[in-house]
Amino acid sequence: MSNSPPRSHPPLAAPPEGAAASLGRPGGSSERTVTLEVLRYDPDTDSEARFQRYEVVCQEEWVVLDALNKVKADIDPTLNYRWSCHMAVCGSCGMMINGEPKLSCHAFLRNYEGVIRIEPLANFPIERDLVVAPDDFMDKLKRVKPYLIPKQEKPISEGEYKQTPAQLMKYRQYSMCINCMLCYAACPQYGLTPSFIGPAALTLAHRYNQDSRDGGRKERQEVAATHEGVWECTFVGACSEVCPAHVDPASALQQMKITSSIDWIVEHLIPGGKP
Amino acid sequence: MSRRPLLREFPPTTWYFRQPRYLRYMSREITSILIAAYCVLLVFGLHSLAAGPAAWEAFLLTLKSPASIVFQLLVLIAAVYHAATWFNATQKAMPLQIGEYFVPGAMISGAHYVAWALLSFAILFLAGVI
Ligand code: SF4
Ligand code: FES
Repeated sequence: MSNSPPRSHPPLAAPPEGAAASLGRPGGSSERTVTLEVLRYDPDTDSEARFQRYEVVCQEEWVVLDALNKVKADIDPTLNYRWSCHMAVCGSCGMMINGEPKLSCHAFLRNYEGVIRIEPLANFPIERDLVVAPDDFMDKLKRVKPYLIPKQEKPISEGEYKQTPAQLMKYRQYSMCINCMLCYAACPQYGLTPSFIGPAALTLAHRYNQDSRDGGRKERQEVAATHEGVWECTFVGACSEVCPAHVDPASALQQMKITSSIDWIVEHLIPGGKP
Repeated sequence: MSRRPLLREFPPTTWYFRQPRYLRYMSREITSILIAAYCVLLVFGLHSLAAGPAAWEAFLLTLKSPASIVFQLLVLIAAVYHAATWFNATQKAMPLQIGEYFVPGAMISGAHYVAWALLSFAILFLAGVI
């Protein structure tokens, strides 16, 4: 989890004493003692989660993940959390920071005052400390068939499926998802109705539906155009506000509602109509 | 090792106090109560219209009472707020792609505001108000 090889920047887990000051801006940077209040849960001994406070000396330019790495290295090695890339790419370091779903590698300490409260992503079962169980999300991803289902399989000898830049732009934004699950933690509909397929999975369905090489929309609609699918969404819009990759899942879901409504009209109100 | 993930309850009635954006969402949804109340008022209006000129005059008079004017103002504010949230949403629900580019969202929402203004003027004109 946090055993990646040392890198020079951004700051490492547990920089050697004195070395930290030389990281970051030229001429060193200022230090600041930050108080973290971290939710802890040990499935082997605890029946409830509890908060634990840590006072951590941090560099001004650090992110919350750096502070957690410092806690793990210097103060409490039993603390558990996920991370990998430290650059908002892998999507594994999501947590609630002062109640807001955030990538901890993207949450700069300078933007926080006072005690920083860190909890595991909301709406997911807590596996241990800040680690949540993503099983439900993984299952929903699978259900929307997030892969190309070609209209017609063609032999390799016929060459690749070509696409124009305009056809690429049609879905590109929706292909930028890093599966961080922040949108699920932000979505009250998912909190209230856990069977909701949810923002990221439905957006991925939309991404493939919009792809000129794909012919699988009908199959995906069996999951997407249902009460557990797009119709559970009431357009709170929180998913799009918290998405670190600017995917804008809310827009994908509203577009899917429109196309699903058109399907319904064609099927039920136009004689002989097939969606 | 046994797996015992901890499930934390999602508060079914108080969740919207958790984040300001949830309160914003609820305020949008709650406007529909006022609009529903106004629909009930319109049904009463139709009823008194059907009941004859005297009933209709009485209904018009009630509309002019201070309480009724305050109510109608509140409904107007709610309706405008609700409509604005929808117009702002149109750019997400109906993006317009031209070649490789997308028409800026503000233009899509803006077009709806313009159409709204034009239609409102047309209706007010036909009704003889302006
Ligand atoms: S849509 Fe955005 S917030 Fe949701 S999982 Fe993908 S990247 Fe994360
Ligand atoms: S560590 Fe990869 S996204 Fe934060």
